[in-house]
Amino acid sequence: MRETKLAEQDWMTEVRAMVGREYGRVYAWDEVNAPMIRQWCEIMGVENPLYTDATYAATTEFGAIVAPPAMLQAWCLEGLHPNNYPPGSTTENPYEVLRLMEGQGYQSVVAVNSDLTFERYVKVGEKLYYTTRLDAVGEQKTTALGTGYFVTLIMSFFSEKPNGGEGGQDDKVGELLFRVFKFRPANAQPAAEAPKGDAAPAVPKIKRPKPGISDDTRFFWEGAAAGKLLIQRCKCCGTLRHPPGPVCTKCHSFEWDTVESGGTGSIYSFVVMHYPEVPPFDYPNPVGLIELDEGVRLIAGLVGVKRNEITIGQRVQVEFQAFDDGELTLPLFRPVAP
Amino acid sequence: MTNPSLSGRAAIVGLGATEFSKNSGRTELRLAMEATLDALKDAGIDPSEVEGFSSYSVDKVPEYEIARLLGCKNVKFFSQIPHGGGAACAPVMHAAMAVATGVAKVVVVYRAMNERSWYRFGTGSYGFASTPIFENVNYGWYMPHGFHTPAAWVAMFAQRYMHTYGATSEDFGRIAVAVRDFAATNPAAFFYGKPITLEEHQASRWIAEPLHLLDCCQESDGAVAMVITSAERARDLKQKPVVIKGGAQGITEGQQIMTSYFRDDITGLPEMGVVAKELYAQSGLGPDAIQTAVIYDHFTPFVLPQLEEFGFAKRGEAKEFIRAGHHARGGKLPINTHGGQLGEAYIHGMNGVAEAVRQVRGTAVNQVAGVENVLVTAGTGVPTSGLILGTV
Repeated sequence: MRETKLAEQDWMTEVRAMVGREYGRVYAWDEVNAPMIRQWCEIMGVENPLYTDATYAATTEFGAIVAPPAMLQAWCLEGLHPNNYPPGSTTENPYEVLRLMEGQGYQSVVAVNSDLTFERYVKVGEKLYYTTRLDAVGEQKTTALGTGYFVTLIMSFFSEKPNGGEGGQDDKVGELLFRVFKFRPANAQPAAEAPKGDAAPAVPKIKRPKPGISDDTRFFWEGAAAGKLLIQRCKCCGTLRHPPGPVCTKCHSFEWDTVESGGTGSIYSFVVMHYPEVPPFDYPNPVGLIELDEGVRLIAGLVGVKRNEITIGQRVQVEFQAFDDGELTLPLFRPVAP
Repeated sequence: MTNPSLSGRAAIVGLGATEFSKNSGRTELRLAMEATLDALKDAGIDPSEVEGFSSYSVDKVPEYEIARLLGCKNVKFFSQIPHGGGAACAPVMHAAMAVATGVAKVVVVYRAMNERSWYRFGTGSYGFASTPIFENVNYGWYMPHGFHTPAAWVAMFAQRYMHTYGATSEDFGRIAVAVRDFAATNPAAFFYGKPITLEEHQASRWIAEPLHLLDCCQESDGAVAMVITSAERARDLKQKPVVIKGGAQGITEGQQIMTSYFRDDITGLPEMGVVAKELYAQSGLGPDAIQTAVIYDHFTPFVLPQLEEFGFAKRGEAKEFIRAGHHARGGKLPINTHGGQLGEAYIHGMNGVAEAVRQVRGTAVNQVAGVENVLVTAGTGVPTSGLILGTV
């Protein structure tokens, strides 16, 4: 029999090529300091005086307060505001490989390992940073959650030598192995039922795809977010156009402005989508080709309709709906009396 | 140059293919090589003679790798045609142009894909990003609404076509039934030995209303390749020459990829009208001179407006043509005698070009009598292409 083990999909070649990639430094906001150590110990319920009692610590082999090893990752976190890293930190995204996988439909993620190892204690006054290596992307696996890939990142933590590192390389003080499973859910439900284990489940809600927005189309989406249905209009000949573009199809003028649609129109055509069921959409999913009373058409979801009662010519009225905590506002259309 | 026309200048002289399946179990590159070597052997042309290549821009096997594996040393022409299945016929046209102008003497065209087992077009997840490149912006009008599958995009046209002309889901079903009847007697087809009835079509589940499951082709793995050279040389080769009498591509007003919904009228396929006009002009032929046709059928509804664009039926009257069974076995214009993409396999339309070659040669499993000219069309709803192939 022919060997039927599947070769990998082409896009995985790009993923595989990224394995081994090193991402630049992410610095700690503050050097290792006693107040932060004290607060961490209070919150975590750690009572070892080595971390908080300078008098006691002076009697130990360390001679002064050291930081709890488990705090290692905390020193280099961004703080209250996401992605707010100290100056000099890399802008590279060590998670770019996960974005690639999302693009192929592996939308969900769960953290499965977070293993810290330590080379030595760090002392008050040391300045830490870490670098990240994409260590491994496994073969495709199917688990109870779904089908996907285990992705392993290794963050190496260093203590920066003063004066630009004179006197040799920076000391490696520890390492964090962080592994996630990036997967397509086994069922098409939004992945809200990830099992709770020791590793913190990090399964984001699947969101609607965001539109690509350009300088030619931004007005439409900003209008939608403000509850306005805007149509592009040629300033030269007055032609209305949708989808918008940089130039008039009639007179080729680049000058344009917008008009606000009255929001009424009729169903020019429609479909009711059943299969495949792709999260986060609800099925059946009715979608209309709406002809606005101003004369242009647009594609939009239909709301307040019964599957068997949608008809071409049905009068509809726009309504705006926000999705994903307001990240996306779409014009949808609801039937109205003729 | 004494003859500026493309018509009659080049011929398809070799045809190769792999089996069609849902899991080829081997690489796309290997499929491409199997089909290409098969085609060259069929033509009786040595691989070292190949001077050109043409394929689809969505094909993932690069021509330089085929050239490397073939041992080509003198490749002077290579092109890729965009827009998915809209490319189905254009590689042959490009090859014919290269041959007719003397740019390349022997050109291989190919399509190789593990579209079923490695990736699928119908998943609804394509990874469009929010950066302002045109494709992201364009699909941004559709994806956020979940309007994201080829079946749904076709269904939007189909609903309006039905409304305007009174065509019904049964009319779409009659196309599926007829091509599955051909597939049932084609051992190379997925659905060999598996005909369907209109009742089964009507009972099949919804994919995107008004499309049922049996209005949609299955996604496939496989490869097809052909060899094109001059009509003059073709006379001395192993196989009966299949002359390229017309080759054309088409884009027209309001053109988009699968979503040309903003034209005044969306019940036709005017880009296919551009192709039809050009094919008939090049070849000097009309619809009456065509004995059988391969009409792109990834989804049934677009078969009807294609019949209209090519003048086999008047605008809006393809349903009568279909109801009379003219498209079916024994009809006056049997279409998709290999079983179509609905019945044989979805090799992005190039398996349809292969069937046209066999019909001209007289070697098709469902051979139509007295074939002189065969029309082939490429993907619908996208910038497209077409061919008229025929006997010398």
